[in-house]
Amino acid sequence: MTETAAARAGKVAPRTDADAPARPETVKIPEIGPTDEPLPEKRHRAVGKFLANRAAIVGGVVVAVFVLLAVFAPLIAPYDPLQTSFLAIRKAPSLAHFFGTDELGRDIFSRMAYGARASLLAGVVSVAIAAVIGVPFGLFAGFFGGWVDMVVSRVADAMLSIPFLILAIALAAFLGPTLTNAMIAIGISQTPIFARLARAQTLAVKAEDYVEGAEAIGLPNRWIVARYVFPNVLPPLIVQATLTIATAIIAEASLSFLGLGQQPPDPSWGSMLNTAKNFMGQAPWMSIFPGAAIFLLVLGFNLLGDGLRDALDPRES
Amino acid sequence: MAELILRRVLVAIPTIIIVSMLVFALQKLLPGDPALLIAGEERDPKVVEFIREKYHLNDPVPVQYGYWVMNVLTGDFGISLRTDTPVTTLVAQKLPVTIQLAVMAMIIALLVGVPAGILSAVRKGTVTDYVANVVALSGLSIPNFWLGILLIFLVSVQLGWLPASGYVPPSEDLWLSIETMLMPAFVLGTALAATLMRHTRSAMIGILRSDYIRTARAKGLRQNKVVYKHALRNALVPIVTLMTLLFGELLGGAVLTEQIFTIPGFGKLVVDAVFTRDYQVVQGIVLCTAIGFIVMNLFADILYILINPRLRGA
Repeated sequence: MTETAAARAGKVAPRTDADAPARPETVKIPEIGPTDEPLPEKRHRAVGKFLANRAAIVGGVVVAVFVLLAVFAPLIAPYDPLQTSFLAIRKAPSLAHFFGTDELGRDIFSRMAYGARASLLAGVVSVAIAAVIGVPFGLFAGFFGGWVDMVVSRVADAMLSIPFLILAIALAAFLGPTLTNAMIAIGISQTPIFARLARAQTLAVKAEDYVEGAEAIGLPNRWIVARYVFPNVLPPLIVQATLTIATAIIAEASLSFLGLGQQPPDPSWGSMLNTAKNFMGQAPWMSIFPGAAIFLLVLGFNLLGDGLRDALDPRES
Repeated sequence: MAELILRRVLVAIPTIIIVSMLVFALQKLLPGDPALLIAGEERDPKVVEFIREKYHLNDPVPVQYGYWVMNVLTGDFGISLRTDTPVTTLVAQKLPVTIQLAVMAMIIALLVGVPAGILSAVRKGTVTDYVANVVALSGLSIPNFWLGILLIFLVSVQLGWLPASGYVPPSEDLWLSIETMLMPAFVLGTALAATLMRHTRSAMIGILRSDYIRTARAKGLRQNKVVYKHALRNALVPIVTLMTLLFGELLGGAVLTEQIFTIPGFGKLVVDAVFTRDYQVVQGIVLCTAIGFIVMNLFADILYILINPRLRGA
């Protein structure tokens, strides 16, 4: 956070491997100075870097495909996801049923299209809950310090001392098994991650000259936090959010798999796998497709998050 | 140094107190009257009132918390409504099983993740590095219960190489115990191996670029000696810290792994308690895990202070 634009440019400059560590005097410093460089320039560079990252693009495309599948599920799904058929029980994949049928003769492809809704919704909503609660607490703790910081940090520590999935399972169990409660449980369990990150970033930003300047001219604290601190702590939070969506999707699938999420007969990938595991020998397609969908979607978000990190934060690569 | 350790211990105490409050608050999330829930089928008002008195449900919430903490401090984490066994006994019975699973998973993760990370760092930018990265990211993205289902089908059902499920205590038959636990440990260790690989790689890349490595190379040391003797030792420090942090994640992952492979451990205990609505057991388990995790981290930090020469004088 305290790096100057020149130092950033130095890190971005093509680097030969371990044998030639970047010595300051050999690093080409681009003409753009740190002061006269307008913000959009920097953004352009981040966008350019992101677009040059093929893995990140692949991740983005995978996520986009699943989003389209979820949004247009009623148009894409060839069958009603709840429609049972005793004439088509555990049929192998064919032209009539792309991914085969399940133990009640329901079309697996159609169920998966609708299941994408549960997964994406759970991923996005739970991370939104975590960020909306966690980030303000982190900002205030970092900015004001003192007892606010003490309390926020200890609560975050306490929550982080309970393994994420065990906390989510316990919360979902006490709240009752529904998809909404699963999202709340996952969101609350992920809140301390955002509080901690926002706090750490705020501490770094607070030491910057522009924040000191804003304080010196007597701007109200609210204003400083909203206009100067928040926009500057945002990039790492975006990266974290993308990667946390991946974790949240696995968590939702895990809760549904255990019967603590989306309830049958409504489709979710996790609960589909839960029934499918009993038919692995006779009908492997029942397990293979929903599991592969979770894997691909999570991989997509992870690739996207890694790419965003490389583009937004030049220190990591 | 003593002051540093003392300060670290003092920070752990409020954390434990807050954890206990959070765990206590869990039961307040339950919809409906808890007394009716405990009473079950029994609807006799006298019985319900008796339960209310017994569990101090008529008292204000802070007083209830006080009673609960007193019990916890005397080692009473609650009693399973279903089996009438104290939670501490249940946890003590199941924990060794999960520890065996977690330790085996960690060994597998170390054996795979660290060498892969070193290789990737040394050959940065090559096909090897690329493949290792793709495999690691896949390992992070694969849901472990799906991996478990696939492996049972492939390795046990199709090939018949390893048993599909169950548990054999090591005291009974050490070899068979390891054999039954091998596949679950692999499944549980996958994500951990991926995380270790990524951290080892980035730590090694940073270190291989540092001045003292250049000096080591300049004085003509061989590549192997530079990598393993000079670079790896320093790269391992953050990795050891990371491993204590990841132990909690292993416990979480064990819930699903044990469910898939029907291993009678800690994770199975959690799931069974959730399904039988044995809420005191769930609460007790969460509290035990959290305290265990805090204490473990405390020890790791103290150890770190003790071995780090830079902190010795502090």
